[in-house]
Amino acid sequence: MATYPAELRYTREHEWAKVEGKRARVGITHYAQDQLGDVVFVELPKVGAKVTQLQTFGVVESVKAVSDLFAPLSGVVAEVNQELTQQPERVNRDPYGGGWLIVIELSSPAEADKLMTAQQYEEFLKTAGGH
Amino acid sequence: MTQPDTALKRTPLHAAHVRLGARMIPFGGWDMPVQYTGIVEEHRAVRGAVGCFDVSHMGEFEFRGPDALRTLQRLTTNDVSTLEIGQVQYSLLCYEHGGVVDDLTLYRLADDHYMMTVNASNIDKDWAWVSRHLDGRVDARNVSEETGLIAVQGPHAERLVGRLSDVDVPAIEYYHFRRSRVAGVTGIISRTGYTGEDGFELYLPAAETETVWERLLAEGKRDGAAPIGLGARDTLRLEMKYALYGNDIDETTNPLEAGLGWVVKPAKGDFVGRAATEALRASGLRRRLVGFEMVERAVARHGYPILDASAAVGVVTSGSYGPSVDKYIGIGYVPTALAAVGSPIAVEVRGRGQAARVVKTPFHPPRVKR
Repeated sequence: MATYPAELRYTREHEWAKVEGKRARVGITHYAQDQLGDVVFVELPKVGAKVTQLQTFGVVESVKAVSDLFAPLSGVVAEVNQELTQQPERVNRDPYGGGWLIVIELSSPAEADKLMTAQQYEEFLKTAGGH
Repeated sequence: MTQPDTALKRTPLHAAHVRLGARMIPFGGWDMPVQYTGIVEEHRAVRGAVGCFDVSHMGEFEFRGPDALRTLQRLTTNDVSTLEIGQVQYSLLCYEHGGVVDDLTLYRLADDHYMMTVNASNIDKDWAWVSRHLDGRVDARNVSEETGLIAVQGPHAERLVGRLSDVDVPAIEYYHFRRSRVAGVTGIISRTGYTGEDGFELYLPAAETETVWERLLAEGKRDGAAPIGLGARDTLRLEMKYALYGNDIDETTNPLEAGLGWVVKPAKGDFVGRAATEALRASGLRRRLVGFEMVERAVARHGYPILDASAAVGVVTSGSYGPSVDKYIGIGYVPTALAAVGSPIAVEVRGRGQAARVVKTPFHPPRVKR
């Protein structure tokens, strides 16, 4: 799998979104999981909760750090990855697959235009995002 | 954010860490490796095989002369008169008010010759404190800069260090040391550590520390040896409830409430902090440092409030995921009434009380050589 798959859209806070019609699957990027180190806890909203683009919707914790999660898009939480309760390390092992966080039923799909493409995200990492 | 900071101090192994691809972070004024491959993997390598830690940032002071014993009896809380040549003692420096200046290990090198190992972030403060209390015929030297320190910890530590050294390593008892050559370099092999596993701390001349480090990792391949960063050092010590200065103990905490009363020996005579700790012993302790595990799924962190029926009654001093116990664990100060094993408490995590309970410590069974 590519480090930053081309079919995804990215935030400056290092989340990705895979938009499929009216829904988007959401996770954190390879860069984010690598910077965090071993993920040991993920706190996610409940199905039905409202999320707003670039507002926090949860928390991911590694051994050393606590980091807020920012919603790439607005809408209502349709699915939550329950597997992460017992296996938070999936976020490290497979950030774009089994380490997904939530699925959002989108309220404004056009917001996706504000997100970065893979190429833009990689460019961003080389400058500001990469510190 | 992670621009190289030239103000940070470097240990003799800094270049070796960079070559190994370690992630470097500032720690107590030093540029130190927090992890090489991953904190959990490194933690497991120490519990299951053997890990090598660069702890050269720690400080060493030597005391020599006919009044060395008298000076150390006055400065430290433990009874130095019981310390034999070749033996190590865990101890504390206290203020007059009973707060902790630092925790330390004390080595008796010869009749009138001792070495004190102190925390890296406290070297300057401790050296100033020690210097102020020198009295009589004692020569004290801060040898931190010229001393390298490697910890070799884990069930395979004995065979690895044994193969590289000239002395009978298995014969070294817990909290004892021998002078020896290790990988051709003369130093001190001390059977001590901060992980709860059997293991050693190797005191070496700074200029030759890298030689020993490289040999340990190369020779240790067949023992499963891995370099271990500060991240795993912290989770390993947390599972043992070993206090970390600056987190669990500091100038505002006293040794008794921290569970370190076993190294405070008022019977030996006067020392700095004796009157204050004796007064506390007489009046009873208001709070205690306890270990707890989370009942609800949440990670307790340093500084989070500890609640009793939604009122803040204490504070978490250290907390994380414990890889060997596979639980979210922590240590913190609670009122004496809540200190008993089994006491239900809560930890405030992001504004919400999350259930926890006081448990027996250490969290993970120690396997040090007794």
